[in-house]
Amino acid sequence: MTETLDSGSPSALDGIPLEREHRLNPPAVLGELRTTEPVARLRFPDGHLGWLITSHELARAVLADRRFSSRSELRHSPVRVGGQVSPRPQPAKPGMFIGMDGEDHARYRKLLTGQFTVRRMNKLKPRIEQIVADHLAALRAAGPGADLVREFALPVPSMVICELLGVPYEDRDEFQRETRTTFNLDNDFEVIMAAFQRIEAFVADLVRRKHDEPGDDMLTGLIETGELTDEEVANMGLLLLVAGHETTANMIGIGTLALLEHPEQLQALREDPTLIDNAVEELMRYLTIIQLGPSRVALEDVEVGGVVIAAGDNVLISAPAVNRDPKRFERPDELDFRRSATGHLGFGHGVHQCLGQQLARIEMRVAYHALIREFPDLRLAVPAAEVPMRSDMAIYGVHSLPVAF
Amino acid sequence: MRIEVDPDRCAGSGMCALTDPDVFDQDEVDGTVVLLDPTAVGHEDQAREAAHLCPAGAIKVVEQ
Repeated sequence: MTETLDSGSPSALDGIPLEREHRLNPPAVLGELRTTEPVARLRFPDGHLGWLITSHELARAVLADRRFSSRSELRHSPVRVGGQVSPRPQPAKPGMFIGMDGEDHARYRKLLTGQFTVRRMNKLKPRIEQIVADHLAALRAAGPGADLVREFALPVPSMVICELLGVPYEDRDEFQRETRTTFNLDNDFEVIMAAFQRIEAFVADLVRRKHDEPGDDMLTGLIETGELTDEEVANMGLLLLVAGHETTANMIGIGTLALLEHPEQLQALREDPTLIDNAVEELMRYLTIIQLGPSRVALEDVEVGGVVIAAGDNVLISAPAVNRDPKRFERPDELDFRRSATGHLGFGHGVHQCLGQQLARIEMRVAYHALIREFPDLRLAVPAAEVPMRSDMAIYGVHSLPVAF
Repeated sequence: MRIEVDPDRCAGSGMCALTDPDVFDQDEVDGTVVLLDPTAVGHEDQAREAAHLCPAGAIKVVEQ
């Protein structure tokens, strides 16, 4: 109904704005919308007329409201992929609980939450410190001009995931190579898909092997619950891989750029390493690399901020805009490690809030801390304006970061 | 004040245990909220913050 009436409405945004005036700030138009129209009409590439939310308070309300669904098959893609309009997604595969609601989602998530507690993740810290140290050594060996993304930001989360899933040491080089291919968009779509299929096959095979050779890892833990099929275990493993790899890697990469572009904040962190917890929250808030979501679908008509969102309407939340909302954060466009940035929506909100967030926090703390300690003279090897940004990617960040030291 | 928690609503994000580990913990098996100190004496502000941050609305602070 709404769709028919409002079709062609001149006020609807034609796709989410992604063009940034400054590499570390969200597009200015999103800030303007937050003031004038915090719940705005948004035209999706397939023609669907949905909504874009830029207010922190309203985003929080939608994400906490179970009348808004996460089911894959109800969604419209917010962007074109390879220039093409994406078809409507299929229902989530067994175990892919990110695209499920209610009991279906809770059943899978509860089997994992015990493995991602604050305490469990703290126990992983020494191992993460070792992985970080190994890759900082590789960065140093690569010499000035080295790409920090390739040598450090990408392989660290990849190795941590290997550790969690229980990928055997002898398979890790291959696993890393395939994940690197998957996440490198210089590759053709077919090359990326082929690599992803090899990873799928690899994880499926790994799950089979874990039956005979159980380890102290998550895949074994999931198998031993006795509640899941191998397909479900493999899909849950893939979900953890996808969710925990590119996100953390991009935060390490663009976080380093932000540190180098804010020398006074970097200096404060060097002088007082206890600021690191705050610094990580503030970098999550300030940089907010999830730039195409989170998104939800209304299951019934729901009023949000004075407008009625009709059943079936897709709602896209601009996390970068929401985390710069001056109603929630004073001086939102300043990076300030002395502020409390808790309450940012960089990990989302609601029952789908990032399952791996405590792991991500520790990875970032360890990575930034060791990087600035081991490289006291770290600097960009190219002008900041020449750093290639991931402008049109679902996850923002830097494609590469040439550094000198 | 008094704190009430609902493990059935809990999504196991760990925000409460991160915010104040003296008042909140997580179950070893399923990661859901465990309330260590329902009165949170001396930790009132942190307890309120934890309730506000809880993504699943599983923590309630009853002001008395």
